[in-house]
Amino acid sequence: MDKAVTTHKLTKKFGDFVATDEITFEVAQGEIFGFLGANGAGKTTAMRMLCGLLTPTSGEATVAGYDVYTQPEQIKQRIGYMSQRFSLYEDLTVRDNIRFYGGIYGLSRAELKTKSASIIRELGLDSVADALVESLPLGWKQRLAFSVALIHDPKVVFLDEPTGGVDPITRRQFWDKIYEAAHNGTTIFVTTHYMDEAEYCDRVSIMVDGRIKALDTPTELKRTYGVDSMDGVFQILARGTSGK
Amino acid sequence: MIYIITTWFAPSSIHRSSLLIMQRILYMIEKEFKQLRRNKVLLRMMLAAPVMQLILLAYAANFEVKNLKIAIVDQDHTTYAQRLAGKFRYAERRQIGNFLFQGYLPNSKSAYEELLAGRADLVLIIPPHFERDLGKENQASVQLLVNAIDGTKGGIASGYAQTIIRDFNLAIRTENIDFDAGSLAGLNVTNQYWYNPRLEYKTFMVPGILFELMLLIGGMIAALNIVREKEIGTQEQLNVTPIKKHEFILGKLTPFVIIGLIQFTLGLVVGRFLFQIPIEGSLLLIYGFAFLFMLLSVGLGLLISAISDTQQQAMFVVFFCLVIFILLSGLFSSTQDMPQWAQYLNLLNPLKYIIEVGRNVLLKGSTLRDMQSQFFTLLGMAIALIGLASWRYRKTV
Ligand SMILES: Nc1ncnc2c1ncn2[C@@H]1O[C@H](COP(=O)(O)OP(=O)(O)O)[C@@H](O)[C@H]1O
Ligand SMILES: [Mg+2]
Repeated sequence: MDKAVTTHKLTKKFGDFVATDEITFEVAQGEIFGFLGANGAGKTTAMRMLCGLLTPTSGEATVAGYDVYTQPEQIKQRIGYMSQRFSLYEDLTVRDNIRFYGGIYGLSRAELKTKSASIIRELGLDSVADALVESLPLGWKQRLAFSVALIHDPKVVFLDEPTGGVDPITRRQFWDKIYEAAHNGTTIFVTTHYMDEAEYCDRVSIMVDGRIKALDTPTELKRTYGVDSMDGVFQILARGTSGK
Repeated sequence: MIYIITTWFAPSSIHRSSLLIMQRILYMIEKEFKQLRRNKVLLRMMLAAPVMQLILLAYAANFEVKNLKIAIVDQDHTTYAQRLAGKFRYAERRQIGNFLFQGYLPNSKSAYEELLAGRADLVLIIPPHFERDLGKENQASVQLLVNAIDGTKGGIASGYAQTIIRDFNLAIRTENIDFDAGSLAGLNVTNQYWYNPRLEYKTFMVPGILFELMLLIGGMIAALNIVREKEIGTQEQLNVTPIKKHEFILGKLTPFVIIGLIQFTLGLVVGRFLFQIPIEGSLLLIYGFAFLFMLLSVGLGLLISAISDTQQQAMFVVFFCLVIFILLSGLFSSTQDMPQWAQYLNLLNPLKYIIEVGRNVLLKGSTLRDMQSQFFTLLGMAIALIGLASWRYRKTV
């Protein structure tokens, strides 16, 4: 197994509507893979199929070497997922949330203890460790959710718009955490519609109306389309279809 | 001997260690209780509900059995007939029931009319030759027409009437010993409420209310709890973890079963000490049934949560089921008086069975042997509901 994620003509239809249209790509291990697209492009749908939350209509896909149709439970042991919606328990404390998800992932008591301590320390949450999550600022919640998604040392982590709604500095801090995880060998599969974040990725794919329109490194994409920012690339691709 | 012919008158009506499995379930349960501890409103409501409902219904009970309208058809016009009628007219003074005497009626046809129009709850018909038969043959019959639209009220009315007639019977026999050749054992009238001799409405209601509340907690709170997780997105987060179906189900089932049993205990204590309901049967047996019924209730909640996407939907389905279950359960009206189709429908009503169990075990002291058909029915329903819920619960949609 050398690829973290592979798909071949992966398709999801909701009735007649094709949300994800025959997408094919590969993600290498340890890569930061950016999954770009406007709202409604089909990013979340694709990600949910890869996480074993949604059964594909057709096509193939593997995650960490396991088949999404037949081995979803094996996949689930090896992936982390941070959904588009914030999904820690707001009515539990920081510590309770870590303990709960760690426990569900089967960490031992000792592991839980060290993980819990290191997450709280690294995020600088010591003073609010016993406060309810709902009382934290959004940026803190997002970093906590990311750390919780990594609690069982997954091979691949899927992040669905992890930095939605926060300021650039907080986003930068979040990306520091992403780099750190990637540095430790975790494959990062991240969707975003912030074009500056696309620059941080090893490779990006750009989705328009369910299809992948471009897939390459940011440098290569900018050269191909003759622009000096990812935003420029995105404008050309997105406007190219919706304008005509 | 006086025979009573009671006419019920109701017009138109594993590849992982088992330790890890346990661990996940324990973390689920722990989390649920932590959340509940912080949900002060829900917690208070769940603890206050049994006490409040019991007290409320006890007051309703006082209202319910008051002012039973009685009319009398006296076709005999003798001393004895008048004395019997008098017993009913002045029953209130001696605190047997609360009959409001509406007057004499000429014949049974007018009696039916009065019942139909709702101007009487009960009509006593004293036939011709009542006194003569009583004297000559040492036995006579009277007829009671009971308006059973409201089955509970009808039952109570008929019970009171029988008590009064028995009183009268006793009175004439003691003052006229030679009247009674045999023993006093012959006085017994058929009384369908023999295990609740004082016909206390609340004694009758308490077991029913206790279980109705458990269904509410299990069905509603569990369903809303899970659907809420769907709404806020934590359910999806759980679905990407390696948690197994049965771990999830057991993790959700256990806390609510525990909460339900705590609530049941609270209700039982209130019922025992505030309303003096008897606990004739085995406490272990009643708890066994409470446990089984709680499993069933939470199973229903799980199933409803599996078919609902929003709390509103879940709430609607729960209410729909609960109202039907409660109305048909025999909590407020006797199930035997319901139309045939309702009785068939009732075969699927878990509340009906558990209320039978509650009344029989608590008030009558019935044993598991007596209750085995209810036991197997409830067990089957619990298995079916939890099975269906597990089958419907999907980590992948
Ligand atoms: N369960 C569903 N049923 C019907 N349509 C859906 C469903 N989920 C997503 N869609 C549709 O699929 C399209 C892609 O959605 P999504 O994958 O969430 O896009 P993105 O994450 O790129 O914003 C949208 O038009 C959305 O309305
Ligand atoms: Mg999305």
